[in-house]
Amino acid sequence: MIQEIIIAGFGGQGVLSMGKILAYSGLMENKEVSWFPSYGPEQRGGTANVTVILSDNEISSPVVNEFDIAIILNQPSLEKFEPTVKPGGILIYDPNGIHRPPQRKDIHVYSVAAVDAATEMQNQKAFNMIVLGGLLKVSPMVDLEHVMLGLKKSLPERHHKLLPMNEQAILKGMEIIKEEQVPA
Amino acid sequence: MSEEIFLMKGNEAIAHAAIRYGADGYFGYPITPQSEIMETLMAETPWKTTGMVVLQAESETASINMVYGGAGCGKAVMTSSSSPGMSLMQEGISYLAGAELPCLLVNVMRGGPGLGTIQPSQADYFQTVKGGGHGDYKLITLAPASVQEMVDFVALGFDMSFKYNNPAVILTDGVIGQMMEKVTLPEFKRRRTDDEIREQCPWATLGKPANKKPNVITSLELDPYKMEINNEKFQAKYKQIEEEFVLFEEKNCEDAEYILVAFGSMARICQKTMELAREAGIKVGLIRPITLWPFPTEVISKYASKVAGMLTVEMNAGQMIEDVRLAVEGKTKVEHFGRLGGIVPTPSEVLVALKSKFDL
Amino acid sequence: MSTNNIIDPANLVYAKPELMNDADMHYCPGCSHGVVHKLVAEVIDEMGLREKTIGIAPVGCAVFAYNYLDIDWQEAAHGRAPALATAVKRLNPDRMVFTYQGDGDLAAIGTAETIHAANRGENIVIIFINNAIYGMTGGQMAPTTLLNMKTSTTPNGRDVYENGYPLKITDLLAQLQGVCLATRQSVHTAAAVKKAKKMIRKAFENSMENKGTSIVEIVSTCSSGWKMTPAQANDWMVENMFEAYPIGDLKNI
Repeated sequence: MIQEIIIAGFGGQGVLSMGKILAYSGLMENKEVSWFPSYGPEQRGGTANVTVILSDNEISSPVVNEFDIAIILNQPSLEKFEPTVKPGGILIYDPNGIHRPPQRKDIHVYSVAAVDAATEMQNQKAFNMIVLGGLLKVSPMVDLEHVMLGLKKSLPERHHKLLPMNEQAILKGMEIIKEEQVPA
Repeated sequence: MSEEIFLMKGNEAIAHAAIRYGADGYFGYPITPQSEIMETLMAETPWKTTGMVVLQAESETASINMVYGGAGCGKAVMTSSSSPGMSLMQEGISYLAGAELPCLLVNVMRGGPGLGTIQPSQADYFQTVKGGGHGDYKLITLAPASVQEMVDFVALGFDMSFKYNNPAVILTDGVIGQMMEKVTLPEFKRRRTDDEIREQCPWATLGKPANKKPNVITSLELDPYKMEINNEKFQAKYKQIEEEFVLFEEKNCEDAEYILVAFGSMARICQKTMELAREAGIKVGLIRPITLWPFPTEVISKYASKVAGMLTVEMNAGQMIEDVRLAVEGKTKVEHFGRLGGIVPTPSEVLVALKSKFDL
Repeated sequence: MSTNNIIDPANLVYAKPELMNDADMHYCPGCSHGVVHKLVAEVIDEMGLREKTIGIAPVGCAVFAYNYLDIDWQEAAHGRAPALATAVKRLNPDRMVFTYQGDGDLAAIGTAETIHAANRGENIVIIFINNAIYGMTGGQMAPTTLLNMKTSTTPNGRDVYENGYPLKITDLLAQLQGVCLATRQSVHTAAAVKKAKKMIRKAFENSMENKGTSIVEIVSTCSSGWKMTPAQANDWMVENMFEAYPIGDLKNI
């Protein structure tokens, strides 16, 4: 089993750290993992993306051009990565700021209104964990227990007090994600 | 007890491996995409634990000459940089080779020429294996293809550089430097004592003991007849390294009709291409040179007469292909596919290139 | 006085320092290098640092300094001696590390390494021979060449519009907080030699006490490059060089 995932959005949305937590979670389940980011000035305010691969076997290329799952957090990323989802694959997006929703009919499209939910929770930083929760609901590639272990491992000790809030956010994401029907 | 598994970037892995190797010093200057190496070292504060010195120099020129100073004392010292910074270091590298000093250099390549881009590239192959500085010299060159090899090659590079009194280079790129993978780290080794250094490196300048002649670290010899003898000695050493230290990996070459030849990150991408090709019924194998100098000529030569063609895949305009063609000696068709300027080709892009170059 | 009287140890007034070997020096007659080599050797001997000292030789006339003083040496690329010294000292903090550099090495091609080593306050000594000319390569302009001074690359004299001003790098270095001693000396008279030696010793002591960087500039002659006899060169130095490069301490803390 191999899952090739792209997470893409604006720099500062927590794209890279969401990928990191996912990779750590895979590590906790003894999976092979790779995390390959876009790097450089585009991290600062521009678009950022990261390729995360979780696999039961050795990972050959950390760089791939087609994905099983695309997590899209802004319009430019949607334009860029919607065509790269494998037929039958999954696209998850936050409708906030998206003015041209996904068009493809040969993939499963889900929306997770994470910006709104984070605002409701009065915690903007929970945003990426809400998205992660949505992902885990529609593609339970790692157990929540291992995600929490992965989070613990990827967060510096001084931030461990934030773990319960993160778990709440993940659960929120699992609750609010919904499948979208692409209009004919 | 099972070894602890870490998830870290290639750049971070280099730093941890250096501390655990018992390296004495790191001297560097920030440049993307490798700044995490010095940042990690500074965060780990090894001067408090192993006693390793870490210093941010005023330039790559200063860094490489600090390496020269430390190496001249027989210490295990290193620097790291990315392509433009390595260009600035070429003077010092030539002096290190000329003075036969062991040290470890890390080049996390980015696209050039000039200031170029910060995205990954392999365009410094010529600079590294054909000698970027002046004079006839060679650098032991290791090309890691995973974060684990970034760790392993720190120790291997240092060990080989001390075995042969010659600089060693880890030649990698922004893909391996920036990506995170699982790694296990070696046990901490303590740094060598001065007595151990004097034993292992009798030429080291640590202060002249009363009963000994002074040691002088130099690459200067004005008498051309003597300088020729020095050069002949270097060449004999290079020949010995070529005989003793060649590393490569081959995959699915036994039944292959076509062989991809790629190093470092491109070998990972080509491994996937190989999988895709075999799914499509094309018998493709992969040879990954691990030492770029010495180059694994023999294995390429061995398969040259057995396959219908070889494709070198490099993130440059065709550099390693020259060494592949020398090894093949015209026995099969050798083609090149590469992306330039910081573009990383994808596995299926390589497959398309393979099919088109060989009319498949 | 008979020969026997002369070699009687009681009559000994001058001896070659033990640290200096019997190799024939390649320096020209009248060159200051030989005297400064001797002073460095004497200070190392007197301080008992022979087994602890590592010298860094430059590119320039003193490139072969390692042939004359029996200590461990490293020969640096042109201008890079302070970078080498930085690493040698940091990796061996109980050793005595000094560079020996000329004006081209220290104040032209190696300016960055010099300034940054001094600014970091590396606990090293920099011996700086300023003879206002490139001796080894055949008398070209140095950064310290005086205005109107003729060299092979300024045949009509150094022109400020063409070549800028003589670089008073020791004055510049004295401004840096990492520097504990910046002094300018000469070795053209017995008294000057004595004073220069005193300051070299002070520099070595500073280094062993980790007080920061010490720079000892020696305003020197280059009779070959200046195309003068040794005596003329000494006189010319006093008359011309001392005005631009006055003798004395610029900083001594």
